[in-house]
Amino acid sequence: MIPGRRPRSDAGAPVTADPPADGVKGDGMNAPLDRLAERFAALLPPGGVITDPVRLATYECDGLTTHRASPGVVVLPESAEHVAAIVRACVEENVPYVARGSGTGLSGGALPRTDGVLIVTARMRRILEIDLPNQRAVVEPGVINLDVTRAVRANGYYFAPDPSSQQICSVGGNVAENSGGAHCLKYGFTAHHVLSCEVVTPDGDVVELGSGPGYDLLGVFVGAEGTLGITTKITVKLTRVPETVQTLLAAFPSIETGGTAVSKIIGMGVVPAAIEMMDALAIEAAEAAVNCGYPADAGAVLVVELDGPEAEVAHQFAAVERLCREAGAFEVRVAADDAERALIWKGRKSAFAAVGRISPAYLVQDGVIPRTALPEVLASIDALSAASGVRVANVFHAGDGNLHPLVLFDDAVEGAADRAEDVSGKILDLCVEHGGSITGEHGVGVDKARYMPRMFTDTDLDTMQMVRCGFDPAGLCNPGKIFPTPRLCGEVPGVRKGPHPLVAQGKAELF
Amino acid sequence: MSASEDMPDLLGDCVHCGFCLPTCPTYVLWGEEMDSPRGRIHLMDQHERGAPLGPEMVRHFDQCLGCMACVSSCPSGVQYDRLIETTRARVEEHHDRPLGEKALRALVFGLFPYRRRLRALRGPLRLYQRTGLDRAVRRTGLLERVSPSLAAMERLAPPLGPAPRLPERVAARGGRRATVGMLTGCVQGEFFPGVNTATARVLALEGCDVVIPRGQGCCGALSLHSGRAGEAAAFARRTIDAFRDVDVIVVNAAGCGSSMKEYGELLKDDPVWAARAAALSDRTRDLAEFLVELGPRAERHPVPATVAYHDACHLAHAQGVRSQPRALLAQIPELTVREIKDPDVCCGSAGTYNLFQPEAASELGDRKAASVRETRAELLVAANPGCSLQIATALRRQGTEMAVAHTAQVLDASLRGLGRGPLFADGS
Repeated sequence: MIPGRRPRSDAGAPVTADPPADGVKGDGMNAPLDRLAERFAALLPPGGVITDPVRLATYECDGLTTHRASPGVVVLPESAEHVAAIVRACVEENVPYVARGSGTGLSGGALPRTDGVLIVTARMRRILEIDLPNQRAVVEPGVINLDVTRAVRANGYYFAPDPSSQQICSVGGNVAENSGGAHCLKYGFTAHHVLSCEVVTPDGDVVELGSGPGYDLLGVFVGAEGTLGITTKITVKLTRVPETVQTLLAAFPSIETGGTAVSKIIGMGVVPAAIEMMDALAIEAAEAAVNCGYPADAGAVLVVELDGPEAEVAHQFAAVERLCREAGAFEVRVAADDAERALIWKGRKSAFAAVGRISPAYLVQDGVIPRTALPEVLASIDALSAASGVRVANVFHAGDGNLHPLVLFDDAVEGAADRAEDVSGKILDLCVEHGGSITGEHGVGVDKARYMPRMFTDTDLDTMQMVRCGFDPAGLCNPGKIFPTPRLCGEVPGVRKGPHPLVAQGKAELF
Repeated sequence: MSASEDMPDLLGDCVHCGFCLPTCPTYVLWGEEMDSPRGRIHLMDQHERGAPLGPEMVRHFDQCLGCMACVSSCPSGVQYDRLIETTRARVEEHHDRPLGEKALRALVFGLFPYRRRLRALRGPLRLYQRTGLDRAVRRTGLLERVSPSLAAMERLAPPLGPAPRLPERVAARGGRRATVGMLTGCVQGEFFPGVNTATARVLALEGCDVVIPRGQGCCGALSLHSGRAGEAAAFARRTIDAFRDVDVIVVNAAGCGSSMKEYGELLKDDPVWAARAAALSDRTRDLAEFLVELGPRAERHPVPATVAYHDACHLAHAQGVRSQPRALLAQIPELTVREIKDPDVCCGSAGTYNLFQPEAASELGDRKAASVRETRAELLVAANPGCSLQIATALRRQGTEMAVAHTAQVLDASLRGLGRGPLFADGS
């Protein structure tokens, strides 16, 4: 969950404490960090190490501001060798470290450790290679998502993952979070667009994870939220720009009628590039922020985008338009050109931040439900909102049932934040009850670790932790994320009642 | 409520999404959080909560160009312009700068806003340039060692030609459509006099009586954007008074136009001037903005040239004027307009920035110059004197001499049917 803005009351907000004066750090309290800072200063170009408390504090959170921790040291490496040397030094000193790209994550995945090192990849932003005949590019982790597309668009290619923050989020961050975006319904997540990663392992080795026989290590690594190592070079797939793109905006009297349209469109076998829904509150916010000119009085708007060969798109687009009207759309607008398309998307893409205009503070939730459960779950959210008096704006990737409820509250009112938090948590319960997930694309990070047991059994969680321990036995690589109760790697998880039956039968091997 | 009392609310608007980062010139250069708008807002918040305005913090505020690209890219409507202006005023009030910095600031703020002092400098500067002493000094690198800021000032000084004085009134041609006041500006007026004469001619040819009050001085832009609010307010009052008799004030320098549009905010707590200040802000128009509102009447003659149009930050971000200059250029037959890559990112001029932060400014200038060269245009068109000086200097450093013109000069050449010749002549 992201708060729209930090609570103004100081109670409970771990805001920067009075920064100690310069030099106080060298009092021996943090000898390992001091030693590391010295080593890093010798390793990196000038300006590559930050130890001043005022500056460190600007790194205390990523896009999620409810969790804050000022890092012990910040480093800005410029190469894989730098990253590997930094990691090795941390391992030697037994100091935890966290990687950070542009700091736009929404689950606190890059929350620093006060006793650790924050490795920022913002200066590793070179596009190393563009290989158009093989439809691939090699980039450093700090390269901004949209910059990959900008570099190849003139040649008719683009980088498909398009999270709303694509203008600033880094490709390395996309790999860590397995970022999606509005168009992942048709084109998939980052995992589907990464061919290989050069990774600095938690031992400080530099290895290449790619496809091949054996374990799908690349598959494990992408989306592991930076807990299995730090990627230093990414080979991404470039996608051909579709022959044509058609976008429409349909206005419905209610969320339910909009939901019906979504089910009918998907039910007909059309896979739109994107199908997005916003409810009345979200529309109001977007309108206030960017004047997107959505139809007035709509209870919900649907943005449907189709792309592909012209004949196919023309055929399906007519059907989509008809289905929207049949489901009750009172206005359907078709974007005539790129400018009109951009305006339609502008409203949707700005929606999160725009909610700040209609509410002093808010939480952004991210959950998934089966698409067929859309009307039911949305009605339940409405009921939840009515019962609690907490307003909820809905923005979501309707095509794949990925909800982004925005829970609004006034941080000046005592207890409002807790009530919002409560509603937000109950929405996740609804998702799990309907067979969904506690996160669609924002990740678990530090924020949702506590919800993991609602979705996974202890055995599930233990199994996942064993994988993590396989990569990072010392538990220094982005510790404290994803898992509610971190385990030491020597610990044997679960209650043991003799060997596993399959092992006893010789059908499986324990290693 | 004054901006200072507003500070907690203004700071609270930031949701920490980071959308401002890619358009922030210093983040583009250094990739550091504390040199991004989001990071600077965090620093302001630290100060608001009691952290002292130490030299480290002040350094990051000083390194902000004030280009306002972040204001354009912010989806949450954070008023960074007000935040940084308030912060700069606090820095001026509470922070004790080192002696060298103080002296340099006294020199800059004692010189640029005063036309008469600038004019007094013209003679010696012309002599310095014509005797070739400038090239000799640059070769020694002496000035660079003594003060990089003075060296920047020296490099940026444009080649000077004669500066004709404008009459107090220029009559409309072919039936009057409007009466407009014209701001001549300080740097524009003294270093780019050709831009002002072109502006007056274009307005007259489009049917405007142009009033150029003698009593006008500096609009206060440099002071306002550097946290010297008191000084800015004094300049503002004088400007308001000078233009009391006209309906519209047309401004051809982006920085000046944006500061005049801020007068209402600047003087809102002044009971005597608040209403007049707000009224003047409402009546202020950038030249391109005004000409598009007025609509074309004079015939456009061909200007066969390929130009690159540069968005001045105080035009694009501060005033939202992007389409109008492009529309005006598009009306000119045989003129091809090329877009410059990353148009949102500042060229590093930013008022006094290239004097106070010469290194960052020249890096940004180099990046912009490289993007300008990529367009393969033969002429650079910009609507702010600072940008023109900055980019021309950076181009020269890269070994490219490119002609520079203001939108007004291109229009002037077209309206008068002079073709491309005057735009490529040296001087003016």
